[in-house]
Amino acid sequence: MSCFTYDAADESATATLGALLAELLPNGGTVALCGTLGAGKTRLVQAIAEAAGVDRRDVVSPSFVLIQEYQGRRPVYHLDAYRLRDEDEFLELGPDEYFDGDGITLVEWADRVENCLPKQRLEIQIEVTGPQSRRFRVTAVGARYAAVVEACQKRL
Amino acid sequence: MLRVCQRAADVKLLTLETTCDETAAAVVTDRLEVLGSVVASQDDLHKRFGGVVPEIASRAHLERILPVIDQALRQAGVSLAELDAVAVANTPGLAGSLLVGLVAAKALCVALDVPLVAVNHLQAHIYACRLASDEDVFPCVGLIVSGGHTSLYRCGGPLQFDLLGATTDDAAGEAFDKVASMLSLPYPGGPSIQRAAEHGDPTAYRLPRALLRDEDRLDFSFSGLKTAVRYQLVGPGRQDFAKVQLADSQVADLAASFQEAVVDCLVGKAFAALRQTGLSILCVGGGVAANTRLRQRLKEEADRRDIRLHVAPLRLCTDNAVMGAIAVERLRAGLVEDLDLDVFPGVVRKTG
Repeated sequence: MSCFTYDAADESATATLGALLAELLPNGGTVALCGTLGAGKTRLVQAIAEAAGVDRRDVVSPSFVLIQEYQGRRPVYHLDAYRLRDEDEFLELGPDEYFDGDGITLVEWADRVENCLPKQRLEIQIEVTGPQSRRFRVTAVGARYAAVVEACQKRL
Repeated sequence: MLRVCQRAADVKLLTLETTCDETAAAVVTDRLEVLGSVVASQDDLHKRFGGVVPEIASRAHLERILPVIDQALRQAGVSLAELDAVAVANTPGLAGSLLVGLVAAKALCVALDVPLVAVNHLQAHIYACRLASDEDVFPCVGLIVSGGHTSLYRCGGPLQFDLLGATTDDAAGEAFDKVASMLSLPYPGGPSIQRAAEHGDPTAYRLPRALLRDEDRLDFSFSGLKTAVRYQLVGPGRQDFAKVQLADSQVADLAASFQEAVVDCLVGKAFAALRQTGLSILCVGGGVAANTRLRQRLKEEADRRDIRLHVAPLRLCTDNAVMGAIAVERLRAGLVEDLDLDVFPGVVRKTG
């Protein structure tokens, strides 16, 4: 399993990671985001989406609406499992349409719906290390993402 | 076309609301009388259909929409044949949920041969203020603050909305829910934070008021506030809030400090919007408008600055179909829809 840890000192370092991911993720790529409340999952999604050409103002937490679709240079799908009680509720949202689509799919609170995620995906665990600083553990699940992780690590 | 009625003031509309979790229907007249109103999270429906009504899934809306319509018509003592139009909220919201309401409305329009009217859910939240007031409330600044939205609009009229600012991350109600969860307070977070805050000191913790000093910008940000509360609780590294042992007084102080920070931002930006637009009426709607501290601070500030304040009554704060009476305005303006009307999940920045 290929993985690396990235320590971001502040929000701009988070944005750097986001921009890199927006560039390296393949079409139909899925990112599973895990981390506690306030860890910065939505912030990383904003960074990825902005780098993919989405108006930053459009990217807000989807906890209430569950799914947001943004049109950038390629589509960005923003899913949130925070309010869901079980995996059935997640499946009712039709996530496979997004996973199989040609955009990037970003799932917040992915650990709550782990069994519903694509077999191959990028997993990012976010940990709070200080008021501004964050630690990102980026892991490739499946061979398809090993190259993403490798390229990402090399350029950070 | 509207059917010719015996009296001009006798037009009856069925309004549907399925933008998020609540399935709701109401029967209203063009004199803005409410003849019947049902929200599927109400107890009477729980009793009637047994058990707890499920949330979120569009399938749940599908199961509830017909009984809810039926109940609203019964309450109103109005038969389907007596309806003059059907209105439905088709933006913004969760696509699958919006679709259920829209398809139901279309089917009724075809069957009854009456016009279809589209309702903007956010405009409807502000129109709740008009419904509760005997006088016109436009033009005004509209503040919509709920679990899914935190936005400021310049409202030239009931159908003319210009987005002035909105949250850049979490909605205020969402922040209430998430901070309540951190403090091990029950869902929904709004009422439980308010209750916990009653015995707390709002100055006990110094929490950020993002963007508040930037007078030109009318946006909100509550994500940093949420993170700041998190940091007060567990500091760096640790992820598990459940293991944090808090004294009741700490919970009360954090709840009060958090609530005060949210209220400061909402009140500050609403009055900045009034100054920027030169308008003198403020209308506030949405679930968080039920917060007592927010209502109190809005009133103090409005009195001080000679602003006419309309806050939606508690029963019209959370999602309901009565506020869909804004459809009367569209009907009057001749704004009816074709049957190929679609849903628009995202927020529309400008209308009218």
